[in-house]
Amino acid sequence: MSDSKVDRRDFIKTAVVGGAAAASAAGAVAPQDAHAQEQPANAAAQATRAMTGYSFLNLEEAAFVEALVDHMIPEDQFTPKGTDVGVNIFIDRALAGAWGKGDRLYRSGPWREGVPAQGYQLPLTPAELYREGIKLTNAHCNGTYGRSFDRLDTAQREEFLLALSAREVDFGSEAVAREFWSILYQTVMEGMFSDPIYGGNRDKVGWRMIGFPGVVAFNRENVKNYLDRELPGEPISIEDMS
Amino acid sequence: MVTRLPEVDVVIVGMGWAGGILAKELAEAGLRVVGLERGAMRKPGVDYGVPAVRDELRYRSRLDLMQDVARDTLTIRNNPNQEALPMRRLGSFLPGEGVGGTAIHWSGHTWRWTDMEFKIRSYYEERYGRNFIPDDMTIQDWGISYDELEPYYEHFERIAAVSGKAGNIRGEIQEGGNPFEAPRQNEYSLPALSPILANIKFTEAAQNLGYHPFPRPSANASIAYTNPDGVNYSACQYCGYCQRFGCEANAKGSPHVAVIPLAMKNPNFELRVQAWASKVIKDSDGTRVTGVAYTDLMTGEEYEQPAGIVILAAYAINNVHLMLLSEIGQPYDPVTQTGIIGKNYSYQANRATVMFFEGRKFNPFINAGGSYATIDDFNTNLDFDREPHDFIGGYTVAGGFNTYLPIGWRPVPNGTPRWGTAWKEAAASGFQSAMRINATGSVMANRYNYYDLDSTYKNALGQPLMRMTFDYHDNEHKMLAHSARIMNDMAASMNPTAVNPAGDGTTPWSVVPYQSTHNTGGAIMGTSPATSAVNKYLQNWDYHNLFVVGANVYPHNSAYNPTGPLGALTYWTADAIKNRYINNPGSLV
Repeated sequence: MSDSKVDRRDFIKTAVVGGAAAASAAGAVAPQDAHAQEQPANAAAQATRAMTGYSFLNLEEAAFVEALVDHMIPEDQFTPKGTDVGVNIFIDRALAGAWGKGDRLYRSGPWREGVPAQGYQLPLTPAELYREGIKLTNAHCNGTYGRSFDRLDTAQREEFLLALSAREVDFGSEAVAREFWSILYQTVMEGMFSDPIYGGNRDKVGWRMIGFPGVVAFNRENVKNYLDRELPGEPISIEDMS
Repeated sequence: MVTRLPEVDVVIVGMGWAGGILAKELAEAGLRVVGLERGAMRKPGVDYGVPAVRDELRYRSRLDLMQDVARDTLTIRNNPNQEALPMRRLGSFLPGEGVGGTAIHWSGHTWRWTDMEFKIRSYYEERYGRNFIPDDMTIQDWGISYDELEPYYEHFERIAAVSGKAGNIRGEIQEGGNPFEAPRQNEYSLPALSPILANIKFTEAAQNLGYHPFPRPSANASIAYTNPDGVNYSACQYCGYCQRFGCEANAKGSPHVAVIPLAMKNPNFELRVQAWASKVIKDSDGTRVTGVAYTDLMTGEEYEQPAGIVILAAYAINNVHLMLLSEIGQPYDPVTQTGIIGKNYSYQANRATVMFFEGRKFNPFINAGGSYATIDDFNTNLDFDREPHDFIGGYTVAGGFNTYLPIGWRPVPNGTPRWGTAWKEAAASGFQSAMRINATGSVMANRYNYYDLDSTYKNALGQPLMRMTFDYHDNEHKMLAHSARIMNDMAASMNPTAVNPAGDGTTPWSVVPYQSTHNTGGAIMGTSPATSAVNKYLQNWDYHNLFVVGANVYPHNSAYNPTGPLGALTYWTADAIKNRYINNPGSLV
């Protein structure tokens, strides 16, 4: 398990050094078969194929994010694994975009830690918080396990994430640890359930998992006709309607 | 260099419900009106089209329609001993920005607050004695009565396409409505919304327990409808994207549908968007204000708009902020309990219970903004004796859904892992099988809940931020513990497969999770300049040509959503200005 991760990360480095297509190795495994274009049912996968490669994450960060999303969203009877759902791509795009850069965030000092009830008080943008949090995570994992997070085995990853979510990991700042966990969890869930136009929720697997029909919602008749009954049909995304 | 513009009759700050109604009414009365709106122009059909409007990430998570706190926010703390820190991102409450204001993204819940609120101190003193009201609870009578407002409530309900079922018409209790409501003259213009499964289950459970459930009145047009001003509404589609979203169907009562387009057809009205009002300008004689200073956010240029009447109609918090920045009235001091502006800031108090019913299909994505079956048995019900429970005020309890989308609504039974296959298994079934009942409670004014100006942090114009000091006090903790017990008993009576019970613990108010955009008080109405900022016509006591229209005039907060009385008070004030003030400028009381 951990070995294959090591191999893959090494491969990424090799690929980049060798000038090969890093994008295809970076965890985005949209189908590349030539038949896809002839299959309307595969339209979503085809459209999201363009969303590979990273705009913000560097190699270390990409390795962390891929490991994180594959751990939190493993492949099972419910969904493919996180990187196959595009959650890593969602996170990269979110951090690269306006939100990641601090849009709608009041950023004037002075900065004080405050109390949790006063909310986010760090000087960092979401993108900066992610970046610093990954460094702190890997430093912690190197100290505790002798390896960075992406090279941990499943049990170790689980142990680390449980500790981080329980605020038991020492990052030197309680607030940094708390907010880093908060943004990790938030972005993974957003990548799982937001509209596929943002790169995650590929082929609407998050919506399929829970039974959410997506954006088409003219339910004036459905409110009566589907009382306590499942609404039939495929979920529809913004992309599908555009 | 400030450019002084030609004088107009009226300048209005803010283009939500209050500003929109006043713009239309006063322009029709022949007054030349300028409206200043800090945000952008927003139009139905243009800005809220499908599919773009159906984007949970953009609107629900990233809060596309809300006030941009990067340029103007407030500082917050729980008590005066804490250091206030800026609300660096929105969370607990969500003021809107742009034409239509917060009423673009509201859900539409429209209540008639009763004399139980307007005469609150008199009522509790008379019934329970003076000592029943704690010393630090600064509740006071409003100086207005339900009977005075009744016709204005009705008019606003008709303008905003409120759908509902009357519970009391001229004293006759009506089957299916709220039997505790104050007498109405007439039935709603639109029938109640179609019930969803969560409404039906809640209604059954409430009836079995002897409560009195009814469909919540809401400005979601249950049928296609033309209002008294000739504005056409389409029927609500139960699309499930209501709260935090604009309505693409024109089925939600909103000022950018109901009143602002009519004002804009009138040559007497001019709307200026991207215009950030920074100060009310006072005359040297101390009895009048002369206009409003604002910054054009397209160019950065500063202007002064002189006007015969100045109306502050921004979001409640921002109205109070403008008064403090303009040094209108004496700022409130909680230590000496002197001063007026900033006093009696109030909020709301909530609890919820989540129940899981294996195999049921709640379809939480099919609902209107007002899809809540509700009971008022612990709120306006006068027979609910507060004495044994030792709290003042009350709470509604409701079962339903409003905009439960998958990023924000991921119900799983307590104890479920938060990720991995076990989480997915629970989340996969929880989305369809869970329903929620929630209590929404009043918050009584308290000596230590107030606004003033922050001395450290500034907004993008370089002005001091507003500072909010707020926490729940014993009264709210007792009420919430009571509500938790009632809801958990109700949940148990419904035999769910699993339940996440409402907690009854007490925690400080936090700015982080969303709770309610029902911020009230700070520049309150009343019977005397010694205890209030404005009189019953929302006219400032010090400057008779300054009107302050918003939920900031409420001396305390009830369990009900605040927009019903805001709409009624706005039409009431419009009448007072049109029919009395312009003929005889001066104090209206």
